Formats: sequence, C-alpha cells, structure tokens
Amino acid sequence: MKQAGSVQQTHRHTALGLSDERAVEMYKTMMLARRFDERGQLLQRAGKVNFHISGITQEPSQVAMGFAMDLKNDWFLPYYRDYGFVLSLGMTVKELMLSVYAKGEDPNSAGRQMPGHFGSKRLRIVTGSSPVTTQVPHATGFALAAKMRGEPSVAIVTFGDGSSNQGDFHEGCNFAGVHQLPVIFVCENNQYAISMPLEKQTRGRICDRALGYGFPGIRVDGNDPLEVYRVVSEARERAASGQGPTLIEIMTYRVTAHSTSDNDLAYRTKEEVDLHKGKDSLPVYKQYLVDAGLWSEEQEAKLQTEIRAIIDEGNEYAEKAAFQPVEDAFRYVYAEQSGEGQ
Amino acid sequence: MPVIEYIDAIRLAMKEEMERDSDVFVMGEDVGLKGGVFTTTKGLQLQFGEQRVLDAPLAESAIAGVAIGAAMAGMKPIAEMQYSDFMFPATNQIISEAAKIRYRSNNDWDCPIVIRAPIGGGVFGGLYHSQCPESVFFGTPGLKIVAPSTAYDAKGLLKAAIRDPDPVIFFENKKCYRLITDEVPDEDYIVPIGKANVMREGSDLTVIGYSMPLHFAMQAAEELSQEHGIEAHILDLRTIQPLDREGILEAVAKTGKVLIIHEDNKTGGIGAEVAAIIAEELLYDLDAPIRRLCGPDVPAMPINPPGEKHFLLNKEKLKTAMLELARY
Repeated sequence: MKQAGSVQQTHRHTALGLSDERAVEMYKTMMLARRFDERGQLLQRAGKVNFHISGITQEPSQVAMGFAMDLKNDWFLPYYRDYGFVLSLGMTVKELMLSVYAKGEDPNSAGRQMPGHFGSKRLRIVTGSSPVTTQVPHATGFALAAKMRGEPSVAIVTFGDGSSNQGDFHEGCNFAGVHQLPVIFVCENNQYAISMPLEKQTRGRICDRALGYGFPGIRVDGNDPLEVYRVVSEARERAASGQGPTLIEIMTYRVTAHSTSDNDLAYRTKEEVDLHKGKDSLPVYKQYLVDAGLWSEEQEAKLQTEIRAIIDEGNEYAEKAAFQPVEDAFRYVYAEQSGEGQ
Repeated sequence: MPVIEYIDAIRLAMKEEMERDSDVFVMGEDVGLKGGVFTTTKGLQLQFGEQRVLDAPLAESAIAGVAIGAAMAGMKPIAEMQYSDFMFPATNQIISEAAKIRYRSNNDWDCPIVIRAPIGGGVFGGLYHSQCPESVFFGTPGLKIVAPSTAYDAKGLLKAAIRDPDPVIFFENKKCYRLITDEVPDEDYIVPIGKANVMREGSDLTVIGYSMPLHFAMQAAEELSQEHGIEAHILDLRTIQPLDREGILEAVAKTGKVLIIHEDNKTGGIGAEVAAIIAEELLYDLDAPIRRLCGPDVPAMPINPPGEKHFLLNKEKLKTAMLELARY
C-alpha cells in the first residue's frame, strides 16, 4: 500500500471521506476478526469445537466493504469466510463464538448451522446456506424489493471465485443487469475453490463477466483495504442513484486450508502459501495508521489486550452456554402462529 | 353464483390479492404483455404495471431465487414456472433455500413465496410439457404443496398460498385450465391449506387423489352408481403437503376399501405416503388391500396419441379399477 506521504499530509483515508476515527476503527475490526479466526482454529484443534472455516488475510478487504455500506438501510449477504465483514456490520465476537460452539443463543441459527453461516435480521444480514452462490439471486431479489418500494437500500453479496462458475451467479447478475437493480456483487477471489486453483476454474477474469451483463466490473487488490473501500463506496453510490449493479473482484489469497477438514499441502506448496502470508495487509495497514500519526505501539498493545479479553469472554460464555433443547427440533419448520392461509 | 373456468379462477385470485396487498407481485417468463403462455396472467400487467407483473429473463433458478430474496425483504412474490417440467433448475433454490430459511435461521427470517407451476399431460406436450413433478418436492419439510382440481379450490387455495407465511408450491393442472368450470363466489374467500375435501359421498369404496384425475373418478362414480348401484366416496386431498391425515383416515374408515389415484408415476408418489398412513392407522379396518392407480413408471409420457392415452388415467381406467375394488 502506498502512503499518501505528500507534504500537504492529505492522507488517503481522508481523501476518501473516512474520518481518522473510522480509519482506526477499521483496523481494530480487522484485528478483531484475525484474532477471532485464529482462536476458532485453535478451538477446533483442541477438540473444543467440531469445525472452523477461516477468512485469514481476507479480513482487511471484508472490513473495508462493511465500512463502505449504510448499516441502517442496506442488505448484507455474506459468504462463509466473512468474519471481518459481519463484525464490521455489528455482529459481536460473543455471537460468533456462540455459533462456533453451536449453542442455542447463537443468533445466526441457534446452533443449527455450521459456523460461518451468518444471518441476523437485526443487523440486516441475510441467512445463508452451504450450497454456494444461492445467495446471489437473493441479493438481486432484495434489490428488486428495494426498487419496488422506493427504499434507499443497496444489497451487497459476497461469494468465492469457485462460486463465480455457478449458474446462480450468472442468473442473478443477468437479472440485476436487465432491471438495473441496486446491488453489488463481490467476488472474494482467494484463488482456490478447496483444492482447485483459479486456472482450473476459469480462463478469463471474473470481473470481465460484468461486461456481458451490461454493468461495470472492477478488479481490486484485496491487500489494499482503502482501495477496496473506494471501489465499494463508488459502487454503492452508483446503485443508490439508480445506475444499477457493479461486479467487484477482490484479489486475495486463502492462506489457510479450505477448512479445518482440509489438508492444503496435498495440493499446494508451503512456499506458495508463505509468499502470500508475506503480503498480509494487516501489518501494512497498521503501519499506514502509524505513519499518519493515528496509531502507536502503546495503542497496539492495549488493543491486543482488549481483544484478548473480548475473545476470552465470548469463548467462556459460549462454552458454558446451553445447546438448543432437542425438543425444539420440530420448531420453525413452519410459522408457529397460524396465518389466515393456514 | 358465477360459473368460471379454472384458469380464470387462478387469474382472479392473483388480481384480487394484488389489489388487496401492494406487496404481492407476479414474476416469470412471458407473464407481461403476453399474459403467460396459457394466458394465466393476461391483463394483469395492464392493470398493475411492469414492476408488479415482471417479465423475468429465461432462467428458472433466478425466478425462484430472486423471488426468495424479495420475499425475505418483506414482499409476497408469486413466481411462475412456465411448465413444471422446467422448474428443475430452480429445485436447489426451492429445496435448499425456500424450504429451510425459517428453520435454519431459527425463525429469524421467513420466506412467504408462492411458486406456481402447471402440471399434467393430455395436451400433446410430450415428455417435457406434461410432467407431474410433485414427488420431487414432496417430503421436503418446510414446503407446502397444493394441487387443486376445481376452479373454486384453485382460487381459494391460491389466495391462501399468497397469504401464507411460508413457501407454497401451487401445482395447477393445465388440462383443467379450460376444461374445468364450476361455481366461484364473487366474495373474498380462502380454502385452507392442509384440508382435504369430500367431493362425493358414498359407502362402497373410497377414492383418494388430487388434481385432474379426480374428475375421471367423478365421472366413473356416476356411471357405477347408475349401472351397478355402487356408491363411491371421493376425497380430494387438495393439499398434498402437509397431508390431511384425519381427512384421509375418515374417508377410508367410511368404506373400508381405498383406491389412491394420481397422474404422477406410481413409485415414490404421493399415493405411497397416503397408503402408508392408512396402513399405519387403519390396516385392520380394511376390507380389501390398498390399491393405487397412477401414471406408469416410465420417464414421462410420449407425444404420440396412443402413447399419451396409454400413460394417462381416464374414466374407463378408473371405472374398471373402482368396480374391481368394490367387488373385492
């Protein structure tokens, strides 16, 4: 990332309309996502929880996305690595921990779904599933509803590079293009669909597919969160002003295995992974804040202590919390209050 | 009371619900100016505009998926599948998404969507314009499935489906569209989902089914009554998920003999579940083995007239099966 080191001292975040406080808040959220993610992996390895799926190195761009959106009006359709995204939308570590432990108080699903399957109506985070890309047409539907009702909402949906091959990606994009809907399609291209590298999935650039649907497609470096913030903000502005959808391809890299059930060294080398670990933008963004005079090592130490406490507290709470009673298995198959149609 | 066609009842239900509730809208292929390939939505776009009678690109998964998104956002979409034969690309959206949204979110989100899909043959539609795919969706908890046989039920069940807080598949029979006419009141009414209906009272045997084949059973029943003095009791399931257990058991207990009919093929069909319910609850009250008369276990019906006739149920096939069971 380039520092805006001109003598005028107009920092990049300032030029983008981000206040100093927001720029720092972004960093704190990225770090919180990182530490939560690391703890999730540790808990799985320690046998405390059954499963964890990681978004490490993708958090800076995820957080930048969240910060570019309107939390009061917009709709959010994350995919399963989006801890940074959902934390930036207001989900708490305690709530994520309840999900990791699959406990009854988990607001995402009461411990019914695997971790990483986010959903919270309170936060306008739309419930998701495991068959990938089904959320893309849903986002188009949320945007359609906003347009029909004249609401100022924009829908933003994320998915992986593998998902860009699913029919639902194309169908959802095409529909949104035809009807010029306020929706942002974000491909978090981490270059792997489990074991399949990008070159075995597609020959072209994913962002270029937008051309075929008649709206802009933009590729952005995921290791440059401020640039991600800019691109998403502009896409949001386009959507909100009736200019239709945007496809954004965030270039990133999955440094962890696909999930705790995967051994990634069966299909790629440690050298390749280490190369990308070296490109991690979290320390780079921290340095940017330090250079801008917004962050210090003292603040960093304090932040790490605070995060540690938040995660410990969430962990302890979730570990002790109760599972949903099995008697509740039959609840919410259908609405419990009889409507007129029942 | 006005007598109207089955297809008009469907159109009227949509029109009245759209007038009643501005969140209701229709989306599908050719539903706009053309009014749908069967004219089911004819005139609706002129009345409600392009946004509420929305021509969707030819992509069934998007028709279902976009409707699901809109439903989660608080709208009440009616997604039209042009033919039920073409709804399989939307199956993932229907089974993995619509059916599970309330459950997987522990009641945080819901999905009040209606998916309308024409079923049935007898229109020389060949393999891919004639199918009855009910069994593909049947047995998926979280979905409701209705399949009316009369204009009255078509209107009342569609209104109930639109007002229902959960996803409902509305299987309308394309052979019924213009063939079936009956009395439909002008006043607003609904037919409750989950309630079967006795179409004909009788004491000698019970016929249970849904959709078009019931009309063959009714015709056969009249002839059996006149020619043999045999009185058939006929139950229209109307809703195939959730099944009306009490209604089924009551209808069977009345005669002790039951013939289950549907156009969908026999193996793994709705009839198998109905038979299982009867066997679980009433086996020792039966005076004859449970019988099923259904479409044959072939992939779908051919377009050639003898082949189509061979596949489909008709009055004669029903009459033979009913007489045989009555005499058992």
